[in-house]
Amino acid sequence: MTNFPILSLLTFIPLIGAGFILAIRGKKEIADRNARQVALWTSTAVFIMSLLLWINFDTTTAEFQFEEHIEWMPAFNIAYHIGVDGISMLFVLLTTLLTPICVLASWESIKDRVKEYMIAFLVLETMMIGMFAALDLVVFYIFFEAVLIPMFLIIGVWGGARRVYAAFKLFLYTLLGSVLMLLALLAMYNDAGTTDIPSLMNHTFPAGLQSWLWLAFFASFAVKVPMWPVHTWLPDAHVEAPTAGSVILAGVLLKFGGYGFLRFSLPMFPLASVDFTPLIYTLSIIAIIYTSLVALAQEDMKKLIAYSSVAHMGFVTIGTFTLTTQGIEGAIYQMLSHGVVSAALFLIVGVVYDRIHSREIAMYGGLVHRMPAYAMMFMLFMLASVGLPGTGGFVGEFLVLVGAFKANSWVAALAATGVILGAVYMLYLYRRVIFGELKKEHLLKITDLNKREVLIFAPLAVLVLWMGIYPSSFLDVMHVSVANLLDQVDSARAAHLILAAGQ
Amino acid sequence: MIPALVFLPLLGAIIVGMLTFVDCNNDKAKKARIDKIAHWLTSGPLLVSAVLAVLIFNDVALNGNARTVELFTWIDSGTLDISWALRVDSLTAVMMIVVTVVSAMVHVYSAGYMHNDPCVPRFMAYLSLFTFFMLMLVTADNLVQMFFGWEGVGLASYLLIGFWYKKPSANAAAIKAFVVNRVGDFGFVLGIFTVYVMFDSISFETIFNAAPLHAETTIKVFGGEFHAMTVACLLLFVGAMGKSAQLGLHTWLPDAMEGPTPVSALIHAATMVTAGVFMVARLSPLFEYSETALMVVTIVGGSTAIFAATIGCTQNDIKRVIAYSTCSQLGYMFFALGVSAYSAGIFHLMTHGFFKALLFLGAGSVIHAMSDEQDMRKMGGIWRLIPVTYALMLIGSLALAGIWPFAGFYSKDIVLEAAWGAHSIAGGYAFWMGIAAAFLTAFYSWRLLIMTFHGTPRADERVMAHIHESPKIMLVPLMVLAAGAMFAGYMGYENFVGGNAEAFWGDSILVLPIHNALEAAHGAPFWVKYLPLAVGLAGIGMAYVFYMWKPQLPGWLAGQIRPVYQFVYNKWYFDELYDWLFVKPAFYIGRNLWKTGDGAIIDGVGPDGIAAATINIARRVAGMQTGYLYHYAFAMLGGVIILISSYMLFGGG
Repeated sequence: MTNFPILSLLTFIPLIGAGFILAIRGKKEIADRNARQVALWTSTAVFIMSLLLWINFDTTTAEFQFEEHIEWMPAFNIAYHIGVDGISMLFVLLTTLLTPICVLASWESIKDRVKEYMIAFLVLETMMIGMFAALDLVVFYIFFEAVLIPMFLIIGVWGGARRVYAAFKLFLYTLLGSVLMLLALLAMYNDAGTTDIPSLMNHTFPAGLQSWLWLAFFASFAVKVPMWPVHTWLPDAHVEAPTAGSVILAGVLLKFGGYGFLRFSLPMFPLASVDFTPLIYTLSIIAIIYTSLVALAQEDMKKLIAYSSVAHMGFVTIGTFTLTTQGIEGAIYQMLSHGVVSAALFLIVGVVYDRIHSREIAMYGGLVHRMPAYAMMFMLFMLASVGLPGTGGFVGEFLVLVGAFKANSWVAALAATGVILGAVYMLYLYRRVIFGELKKEHLLKITDLNKREVLIFAPLAVLVLWMGIYPSSFLDVMHVSVANLLDQVDSARAAHLILAAGQ
Repeated sequence: MIPALVFLPLLGAIIVGMLTFVDCNNDKAKKARIDKIAHWLTSGPLLVSAVLAVLIFNDVALNGNARTVELFTWIDSGTLDISWALRVDSLTAVMMIVVTVVSAMVHVYSAGYMHNDPCVPRFMAYLSLFTFFMLMLVTADNLVQMFFGWEGVGLASYLLIGFWYKKPSANAAAIKAFVVNRVGDFGFVLGIFTVYVMFDSISFETIFNAAPLHAETTIKVFGGEFHAMTVACLLLFVGAMGKSAQLGLHTWLPDAMEGPTPVSALIHAATMVTAGVFMVARLSPLFEYSETALMVVTIVGGSTAIFAATIGCTQNDIKRVIAYSTCSQLGYMFFALGVSAYSAGIFHLMTHGFFKALLFLGAGSVIHAMSDEQDMRKMGGIWRLIPVTYALMLIGSLALAGIWPFAGFYSKDIVLEAAWGAHSIAGGYAFWMGIAAAFLTAFYSWRLLIMTFHGTPRADERVMAHIHESPKIMLVPLMVLAAGAMFAGYMGYENFVGGNAEAFWGDSILVLPIHNALEAAHGAPFWVKYLPLAVGLAGIGMAYVFYMWKPQLPGWLAGQIRPVYQFVYNKWYFDELYDWLFVKPAFYIGRNLWKTGDGAIIDGVGPDGIAAATINIARRVAGMQTGYLYHYAFAMLGGVIILISSYMLFGGG
């Protein structure tokens, strides 16, 4: 298997699929149908292929696996270098899982420019997989930034009433961070003479420079996570995005920031990471409590879930910077489970939006009477969102809090209040939408989940329970890589201390 | 055998859960068929589980074969290693009996009680699901699995309280139960973390063995250095307080009565609410090393016992009276634990499980007979119409009031004697609170009996004409529980707290030699032994005076002490306080953070501000392009002047 370029194939097959769709001609109806079919089959094939990554993954090494290295600009020591380790592999799978689900979720709700829409999603998949697999700064930066283009279009073209405002807000925020990150990349190249990520991980940047580089990366990742106070683009983007756009946004794009911290900030700037930990803790705790309270006051379902995402991602940033095994594994796990759960919740909202065309909570009530299957699915994902043990949401939150308690008991205690608030706003939402009498005129004829929708939710439901009951399937993948990451940070700190003592 | 016992209810729940989606299309015969299947597919496995529980009890508790069944790894991260395992020792075996027997009886009873409900399969599935989580809780071999069961029963409780989801009050009560429990669980998880930091493990086996070594360990948390065991135990106890509705975190329990009555009997009387008691008993090897924690447990228990009893005397809803009674009895169990008489606490837990489930199901039978009326002011004079229910309720009340030879007599006495035997200030406090509460318990129990069954009928004719004894399927479970309420105390005494106790409990409970309250209890003087009985009889007598012979007396007394009465009647204003302190501010702050924080400040200064500023600047720049030649000429002249002068100033030299 070593010579089989599986990662490149995973990355670029969606692009080929997009090419096919581009080539489709004919009557709109037939062309649309074909476009959907091509997108679905391409992304499903990619998903099945990506399972090979998991099956063949060697959990005993922290080395990058499935590596591919092709000289690209030898004069500048820049190469097309990709590969995955225990931290990034599962994110690739998350991406390949969610893409076909997105295509399926858009099956009926997208009626205009179907071809272009499907192309956008396939291009998006390429960019996302490429981002997680990139092992060269330049390759990484290209994918990292290019993701914005299809996302910008998905919101701006197929979005709701205020889609242009939302799209620009997303773009502005992200751009601001990216510019600083680009400067940091140049500085890193200048200092280390290479853009190869594994080499950079072993390169020691001077302590002073580390702080600047860390801050520059932080600017970019904090927007992506998003951390308080640069989170306000997210609710707007979610509200305006079509359902599938929200799914990808919450499911995968938000993980770019958390992944970035793990891939760059911790291993490359360990000293700065330790120095800035109090900043991260403070912002994360504010995020958790602040956005949970804001979620409580929301009147729009999507906005509520968007704010809850910010709170949940607060756990991720805390866990990452606890620099404990449990904290980091919990952070990764939390990202994966949040990827599944928040995606599912946006799909849940999408189901009723497709029927009633409103996201206003007040427009609903008593849905359980006509939609029992829907109510059950919603219940499951709601419980996962509030971190009930036995669902995927619990494992991540619990591990993060364990790590946080080890690092600083106040952080754990304050963050844990988010668990209480999380229960409040989710149960309150569920009650208003699902329970009560079915009185509203426009809901009297609403229909329960159809076969296509069941097909969308079933795998996510199984996954949420699987992640809650037997998390070892996923945790085993990351153990060695996380241990290695922690070793790197520890030895860098130790070396620095010796150096400081020597002076 | 053990896995079968635990997983049979889950299996039943899953299968019957599927039946929920069978559409009956108003076909009555089909619905009846489905309901019957649902009923037996859940009751059947539960009855099997109950039989297994008896067999296991015999093997584990009576023959001393404690064991653990390992299933598979759950969470494994660094040194944190948590597995799914079923640990069964004497303590667990006792809980298994209580849980499966009461649950099986409630399952059977529900066939009659829920007969007319449109959603029988859903109800039965929830009940079985609850039983599964409860069994996972009591068989846990580590703190996190216990937490799994803990939150799981909380979920089942939430689902069942809100079972009639059309009712807004039921939905509100369900959320309240879940959230208040979450507050308790907040303490529980922090407790788990503390234990993990202390022992580097959360498995019972490991931490119990290592506990003596950590008796004096301190831990740095929350900005100070504290006695580690005390911190861990107090945090864990907060969890127990939530689940077991102790003072401060009790507000959800009375509201939980919105759920169907079988639920109140199973979850909110016999099993789930006792989880906190079980937890402290299970963790006795930790609590034993913290005098402070034990003292707190004693005081909270004693305070809750009296506090809830006072409220019980003033409520008019039959189920709420019993709910406050439950709260109060849980207080007894806790102060027994607090004086290290864990076995007495569990003994009371067991007898209480039987007689309280009996009382609730009996109340259900009354409500059923009275066409869903729950207000005792609209009952009365019906004992001749439903004599079996009346007799069963009487047995339950006698047991609750602690009258010889009913179960409550044995267990309540030993609890109070142990509190006396502790010879500590906290123990003394708990003893006197317990005695006072015992008086009130007897009083409100007979108040309930008299208001419900005696006197002149206060219901309207339509309801009275309809009163009928419940069907056999409801009465038989009641009789089984009544047998428990009559004999469980006498039969259990020797093994639970008597001479055979040491062999019976084995290693499942640890009591340090210095904590000898239970031994002292057996040597208690005459007056300590018979005071509870005496106040019980006095309470009954007073109830007769107040509600049978001089019915104008309660109203007169309430008028005399109006402020006190109002305070107690309004449940000490806890709900109002919490609403004012937490609920309203949370929504208010949330709204303001959203509109002001996110909207005006972050967006206003951030993206919107920048966008506005950009447009503003652009407009000004555009404004300079006036088209008048002399403007441009003037600007050029200005530029030339600046250029020349700067050249002369800086560059010329």
